[in-house]
Parts: sequence; structure tokens; C-alpha cells
Amino acid sequence: MAISRRTALRVALAGAAAALAAPVKAAAPIAAPADAVGLLYDTTKCIGCKACVAACRVANGLEPDTTWSEGRYHAPLDLSARAKTVVKLYDDGSKSSFVKAQCMHCLDPACANACMLGAFKKREFGIVTYDPEYCIGCRYCEVACPYGVPKFEWSKAAPKMVKCELCNHRLAEGKQPACTEVCPRQAVIFGTREDLLREAHRRLAEQPGTYVQKIYGEHDGGGTQCLYISHVPFDAIGFPALGEESTPTLQRTIQHSIYKGFAAPVALYGLLGAVMLRNRRKGEPA
Amino acid sequence: MSGHVRPIGGALVTKPLKILLALFGAGAVLILYRFATGLGRVTAMNDGYPWGLWIAFDVVTGTALACGGYAVALLVYVMNKGKYHPLVRPAVLTSALGYTLAGFGVALDIGRWWNIWRVPLFFWRWNFDSVLLEVALCITSYMFVLWIELSPALLERAEQTSVPWLKRAAARTRPVVEKALLWIIALGILLPTMHQSSLGALMLIAGPRLHPLWNTGWLPLLFLMSCIAMGYAAVVFETVLASWLFKTVPERGMLASLSQAMVPLGTGYVLLRLIDLAGRGQLPALFAFDFYSVMALLEFALFMLAIGLLLRDADRQRLGNMFRAAMVFMLAGSLYRFDTYLVAFRPGAHWSYFPSVTEIFITVGLIAGELIAYILIVKLFPILTLEKRDAAYHH
Repeated sequence: MAISRRTALRVALAGAAAALAAPVKAAAPIAAPADAVGLLYDTTKCIGCKACVAACRVANGLEPDTTWSEGRYHAPLDLSARAKTVVKLYDDGSKSSFVKAQCMHCLDPACANACMLGAFKKREFGIVTYDPEYCIGCRYCEVACPYGVPKFEWSKAAPKMVKCELCNHRLAEGKQPACTEVCPRQAVIFGTREDLLREAHRRLAEQPGTYVQKIYGEHDGGGTQCLYISHVPFDAIGFPALGEESTPTLQRTIQHSIYKGFAAPVALYGLLGAVMLRNRRKGEPA
Repeated sequence: MSGHVRPIGGALVTKPLKILLALFGAGAVLILYRFATGLGRVTAMNDGYPWGLWIAFDVVTGTALACGGYAVALLVYVMNKGKYHPLVRPAVLTSALGYTLAGFGVALDIGRWWNIWRVPLFFWRWNFDSVLLEVALCITSYMFVLWIELSPALLERAEQTSVPWLKRAAARTRPVVEKALLWIIALGILLPTMHQSSLGALMLIAGPRLHPLWNTGWLPLLFLMSCIAMGYAAVVFETVLASWLFKTVPERGMLASLSQAMVPLGTGYVLLRLIDLAGRGQLPALFAFDFYSVMALLEFALFMLAIGLLLRDADRQRLGNMFRAAMVFMLAGSLYRFDTYLVAFRPGAHWSYFPSVTEIFITVGLIAGELIAYILIVKLFPILTLEKRDAAYHH
């Protein structure tokens, strides 16, 4: 009458077979694309003028975010569908620092990893670009991004995702991104990732007392193309401690081990069919 | 067994149905408003919490509660327990309705809904790294599989109509479906095994933003084990409820066995979770008694309460007790999913989310629609095994 414990266990195991998490292999470091470009931001140089924020809005044709300026001017508090970059202030009373936020252009972007039809994809120069044609607005990219970068147009009936694409429309015209072009102190500069890394290392070595001896983005989260050097700890200016592994690594390793070549699902399907055929021939057990 | 599978019959439009229709109507109006104005006006979702009630409940929890068809199919066709066959049709019906609701939930939730058809068709664009793609394709296929699994019941009824062409078409289609049914049912077991585990894997991409009490590589297996237990619980719940509403006698022994099956599944889930937490050194976090620890402990308490209610043989003989245990199991599994998708997700201190009234009303409207469909289908089609109370008393 009753289902035996063994049977119930078999029920669980039959299902579990395909879902068993395989041990996670150590991921090989991710190589940057050969043509990777990016930004280098230096907290010691930024004066918080926000010229980059204004220039970015104009260059990208974004509506002004006037929520916090009583309708007067573009003054976004955070990244949003109307702001692809913002400058924030960190102040603990004794030390303060500005910090510019925009897409980090990860070497292994979580948004692109998550995106069903590849609307977010790493393309030319390693820039993570967006193609609304293949976006259904599921917002899994927002769940995935460890920096909270992609933003959704919540107030629109026909919304898109919005994030920095490193002014790739300007790069195509031979110009540099709007933010680096207008920066009066060269607090944010544009270049190949290789050059920027070299420059960052040079600055750290030249003024070891000034900087935290780390380039955020060199290895963090698998590495990014936008790099930061700072005189205050990186966690204070809002950077997550990600370690050297990219955030999609664990999920991808598990998923790819289960679905490698789609062999396990096909095998399970065959097995299920075979068991059911045998059961039908055998009829019901007494 | 002396029961017969047949339509319940009776008046279609009853007072409860009218109330459900009103709720469904209100939801439908709000849904139109959502499509006209976008998601920001209607929901409390934001850039910190891009997924809210519709994903966490309608899709993730809803499909787990709709695992009855999957769980019973495992029992009847894989474990070859043919005596549970009377449970198949009602379980498949609720599963089909639950997954259809999830489909509607997704259609409401996505911002660029007019592009949705591209996901299954643009195969050259498929991103095989995307767990969501696998979930989306799997759930969509399974929704169709469930309706095909149910179709013999619908066709049987169609064969008895007085419309000649419908009669002929049904009589011709049913043997074809029944011949292929074994392989369709096999698909109906494979697909939920895949996507219910992947629903667990989905949140892993949030990395450090997912609280360590929930962030584990075992999420897929934990989701799978709990969804099967939830499936059995939902079948017990539904069978007992239907027997009260439609004045039939439920197969007590069968329900007792289902209830018993939940015990090892639930215990396995609890043990795996504890071992995983211990292995990752998270046991202190479990007993830190902060917000996250309390939520996780509440999950454990619910699972253990449900298991406790079903431990002794005598407890599995009482219908009321099995009903309660089933409800606690459903609640426990639902809370686990809500926690994984909403509570454990930490986008930053300056973000918060609680579903808006309109968001809740739309979900209520969808559930009302699901119940309406259930009531109408069991009244019109041969789904439930009926054994009227007065007849049973003479045995």
C-alpha cells in the first residue's frame, strides 16, 4: 500500500541525476580581447565638476534627470535609464573622494552571460553593447550585474535597457568617449586596456603613499576594461569585493557540466522512455 | 476501485464563480493599464529589485506548486505504481493551469513583450550560457506537453458531443495522441527535471549579491527535491479540497502514501541544506538571528513541522492532518523560493521592494482565472474520479 522509503528515494534520485552539481573547476584567467579599450579613473584627480555627466547625457541623447533639482538641470543621484554615468561623493569626515560610475565593460560580463538572445554582447573593442532587437525586457541582466549597471526604462510602455556603451558611436567617428573628452583634469582617460594598466601601475609606483596599492578591475570579477585607482579603500567608494573569479563562473560551470553536449537530458529521456515501456509491458506489479 | 472518471456536472455559473469572475475582471483591467503605461506605474519593481512578485510567485513558486503532474507521473509511469492512476488527470490539469498562469505572468512581466516570439524561434541567436534561456524554452515546451497529456480527457468528452465534425475530429485525434502518449509523458518528466533545477541555478549569477545562506552550488538540487515534495503536497491538498467541495470520498490510502513520500524528500532537502551550510561554514550565519537568519530558520521550521506532522503511521490516516501537512509543505517550499528570489537578493541598502497593490491585484486576478478554468473543466470534462459519498457508505 504505502510507498517504500526506497521507492521514494528512487523518485528523488531519478530527478536528481541530471541536476547533480559537478565539482567546480578552478577557472582559467580570462584574457582581454586584443583590441580592448577602456577608461582609467583616478580619484586623486577628480574634482567632482560632473562635466562628464552632462557631456554623457548630450552625447547619448538621454532625457535630463531633474528629479533632485526641482526640474532645473540634469542631476542624477545614481545610474538610471536617464544617466549612463554619475559622479558620487564619499565622505567619512576625515577623508573624502569622488567616484565616477558607468559600465565596467567586464572581460566576462554577467549581463551578456545572462542574456537569452545576446542583446547584450561583447563586440568590437571588447565593448559590451546593447541591441534592443533581441531584448525582451526580462531584466535578468539587472539581476546578474554585480555593479548594478544596466537600467530599465520603467516609465515607458515600450522600454529599453540603458547603459554605457563607451560612446561606441563616437569611437566610430574617430572621437573618444564624451566623458574623457570633457574631463578638465584628465581624472578619467580613454585608451587601450594595456596602456591604461601600464599608466595605472606607473602612478601607483610613483606615489606609493597616495594610492591604495591596487588597480580595481585588473583582476576583480575576472577583470574589467574600465579601471580605477584610488586614495581611499575601494569598498568605501562602492566597489564590491568580487575576488578574481567572474560572477557567472559558478553558475556556468554547473550548468555546462550538466548540459554538456546535451547528452545528459537525451540520456535521461531515453532512460525514462525505456523504463516506461518496460513498465507497460510488465503491467502493474502485484 | 469503484470510482468513475467523469465530469462533475452541475450548474456552471455559481456564486463563487461570479466572485472569481469579478476578481479576474479587475485583474484584466489592471493588465490593460500595465500594457498602456509600462511597468513603473503599476508595480513597485525598480532597478534594484528588477524582479518582484510576478517572477517570484507567479513563475517560480507557481510552477513548483504546479509540479503535481510531474511528481505523480514519476510515481505512476517511472515507479510503475498504476494504482495512483486516478490522481494523474487532476494533477496534470492543475499543472497545466499553473504553468499557463506562469506563462501569462512572464508575458506581463517582460518589458518588450512584442519580441517574445523571437526567443523560441531565433535559434541562431540562442545564448547557451544563459540559464534563463533554458528555463524559458523548457517551461514553454512543458506548458504544451501538459495540455497534450491532458488532451485525451478533453477529446473523450468531445467524442460525446452532438456536433458531428467535432465528434469525428476528436475520435480521429485521440488514438494518435494516445499512441504517442508514452513519449510525451517521458518529456513531461524530463522537462520539469531540467527547468525546476535550473530555476535554482538562475539566481547563482547574482554572485555575492545573493546572501550566503542561500547562495550554493546545490541550489539546483535543493529546488528539484523541494518541488517534487511540493508537487505531492499540492496533489494531496487539491484532492482533499475537491472531495470536500464536490462531496466525494477521497482515496485515503493513496493520499497517505503520497504524504509518506514527502517525508524522505523533505528530510533529504533539510539534511542537504544543513550539510551544505556546515560545509561552507555558514552555520553561525544561520544562528545569527538577524533578518536573514530568522527567514532561513523559519523555512527550516516549516519544513520540519510538515515532516513532523507525517512521521507516524496513525498521523497519515487522518485526512485533516494530511491536509494541514500538505499546506505546510507548500508554504515551506514557497517561502524557500521567495527567500531565494527576493529576500536573499541584496542589491544595496538604498533599494527596497514590496509589491504594490496593483501588482498584487493582477496576481490575484490571474489566480482567479486559473480557478475559474479549473472549476469549469472539472465540471465539463472527465477529470476527477467520482465516488459519491452516499454510495460509498454502502460498501
